[in-house]
Amino acid sequence: MPLNIGCSARPGKSQENKTGSWRVFKPDFHYDLCTSCGTCQMICPEGCINLIDDKFTPDYTFCKGCGLCAEQCPADAISMKKEEK
Amino acid sequence: MADKSLELFDAGHRACGGCGPALAARLILKGCGPHTIVTVSTGCMEVFSTPYPETAWKVPLIHSLFENASAVASGIEASLKKQGRNEHVICICGDGATFDIGMLCISGAFERGHNITYICYDNEAYMNTGIQRSGATPYDASTTTSPAGRQSFGNSRPKKDLPSILAAHGAPYVATCSVAYPNDIIKKVERAVNTEGPCYIQVHAPCCTGWGFDGKKTMAVGKLAIETGLWVNFELVNGSVEKAKKIKRRPVEDYLQEQKRFRHLFKPNRNDAEIAKIQAIADVNALKYGIDI
Amino acid sequence: MLQIMEGSHAVAEAVKLCRPDVIAAYPITPQTHIVERLADMVADGELDSEYICVESEFSALSACLGASAAGSRVYSATSSQGLLLMAEVCFNVAGMRQPVVMSIANRAVGAPLSIWNDQQDSISLRDAGWFQWYAEDAQEISDFHFLAYKVAEDNNVLLPGFICFDGFILSHTYEPVDIPDQESVSAFLPPYHPVIQLDATDPMTMGMYATPDYYMEFRYEIDKAMTQSAIALRKAGSEFKEHFGRDYGELIEEYRLSDADFAFVALGSVCGTIKDAVDEMRKDGKKVGLLKIRSYRPFPAEEIKKALSGIPLVAIIEKNLSIGSRMKGAVGLEVKDAINDSGVCVYSYIIGLGGRDIRKLHIRGVYEEAMKGNGDTFYGLREELL
Repeated sequence: MPLNIGCSARPGKSQENKTGSWRVFKPDFHYDLCTSCGTCQMICPEGCINLIDDKFTPDYTFCKGCGLCAEQCPADAISMKKEEK
Repeated sequence: MADKSLELFDAGHRACGGCGPALAARLILKGCGPHTIVTVSTGCMEVFSTPYPETAWKVPLIHSLFENASAVASGIEASLKKQGRNEHVICICGDGATFDIGMLCISGAFERGHNITYICYDNEAYMNTGIQRSGATPYDASTTTSPAGRQSFGNSRPKKDLPSILAAHGAPYVATCSVAYPNDIIKKVERAVNTEGPCYIQVHAPCCTGWGFDGKKTMAVGKLAIETGLWVNFELVNGSVEKAKKIKRRPVEDYLQEQKRFRHLFKPNRNDAEIAKIQAIADVNALKYGIDI
Repeated sequence: MLQIMEGSHAVAEAVKLCRPDVIAAYPITPQTHIVERLADMVADGELDSEYICVESEFSALSACLGASAAGSRVYSATSSQGLLLMAEVCFNVAGMRQPVVMSIANRAVGAPLSIWNDQQDSISLRDAGWFQWYAEDAQEISDFHFLAYKVAEDNNVLLPGFICFDGFILSHTYEPVDIPDQESVSAFLPPYHPVIQLDATDPMTMGMYATPDYYMEFRYEIDKAMTQSAIALRKAGSEFKEHFGRDYGELIEEYRLSDADFAFVALGSVCGTIKDAVDEMRKDGKKVGLLKIRSYRPFPAEEIKKALSGIPLVAIIEKNLSIGSRMKGAVGLEVKDAINDSGVCVYSYIIGLGGRDIRKLHIRGVYEEAMKGNGDTFYGLREELL
């Protein structure tokens, strides 16, 4: 791939960096407790929690396992579990 | 109204887990929307989001240098004016780039009255280079260049009052907010980019690595800063306080104890005299902005 | 049509004809007359540009970078301390491949403070990635602006450029200058169409950081573009001749060199003085000539080697000082390298720093020193002060 002039790039490229590999703890979503408030999606620093089929779903390809969503979930519907790899 | 569901800041960036500034970037972009051109300063956010060719930004973005984002934005704004274009022009810069090295360019841009919104993500030290003190570092915080030691309690000076300085430039809208209150960031950024003239927003963006707390606590720590009165979320319109978030205040040590940068105030011995000085800073804030319930 | 005008005003007239969208500049002697005149033009509606009165040269060039990245043709001008304050931005603009054009009214650099002329300011930025052309007279300064935008905006180049001319000596003196009309300039220099641009309808990230896996190649590309700029200048120079009659097809100019056995080499306005001195010395039977270097970056090494071939003694008139270097002058080092022949004697003479007048008698003096084998030295020091 030849270089882009002036060290520039088009959007979308950061997704080539799969930060999910950083994860030590993994968020488990308990949909029986979820109230669909959307807090987890709003506060995820990776922006990797998506609403899929009316469920807030983490994208483990990018989730770094920071635990912010679990900490902030007002319904305690997310728990952190040691990642099994 | 801002479309809060629109993601303009991509995953795959290299910020630490639980990064306050990364969250700030996402929320800021929700506030200003896709019709925006961003200039960033050199710093943590620039480095974790733009290693060639992996950009996390879905809006046009330019990074030039550490200290000139506001001057670059001035040029962009002038160019858009000449071309009859109307994108929002915003700067997103760290506190080192804002409070310290970029002051000349910021002062110039605000005095000239460019229609730009300058947003400082304030994590209260130079984090990218390894946690050195800046003009935004709070009193007594231990950093790698203001370390606590046998004859030091950490940073010896209080935080610079940059919102007042920029309000004094005649900025029509100046606001502070925190990643602990995401909707407030979105609302304030949206208001700023839709206000004619140079606006300033300072986002409190706790840095788990620099301040010494677990990444899952980013929002909790941010919230404690507000609940203790050490950070005040307010809006200045044409120089006057329009609104400040009212709280039932907690003692400052509730905030300080959560962070390693203040550990020396508690261990090996509790330093009541210094904690009292920090409490006094919160008391002055509370009085100045009338935040006590 | 020839008009008598101040050099600075000839610059302003040329800039106006180039139709920059955005001008950002900060006053500094001896550049000020240029930006004052441009401000007048904007104030009177003669020039439709956004004019940003910045708070420093640092912001001037930063604003130019932003405007250029947003798709505008931009202009700035500075001198001396102002240029050095811009130094960090200069490297950045070149690295980001923005075709910014800037006029440099050459002035000495402090300390000691001096507002007078030498070429230390721009020569100190030789490695910044800007092409640097040096003008001999007001006509060249004016014409260089049209050429500079043409070359900078060439898709094979996309580099910024300095148009350098000696402060006061050229900026504040009056000469007859042919200022072309707008129609012919527009035919020669069409509107700017950026290759990369900040645009919300087609987002891109500019100015990313490069890891060791990429950095070298980006720097290589800049150097390659600089080499391309020489080709672009020759092409633009020939095209310019067709439009306006004046020839800038070469990066050097030879004056009475073909049969010379002694050559002066110089940049800028002093070339006029040297040409007169050469004429006088020729009358005395001395076979001397002048090689004028128009483009210091890119450095036309091949052309210089060819032009000086067979000439055993070469004296460089240096209005700069490369402190600590053996030859003492920055130009001499590269001329010597270009000739690359141990049989040729190449000497640098540091002369005229801080505005000290260089007259024909000094040019003769340099010749005499060179004939005696004294070189790589200051010329004209006041020994009583040392």
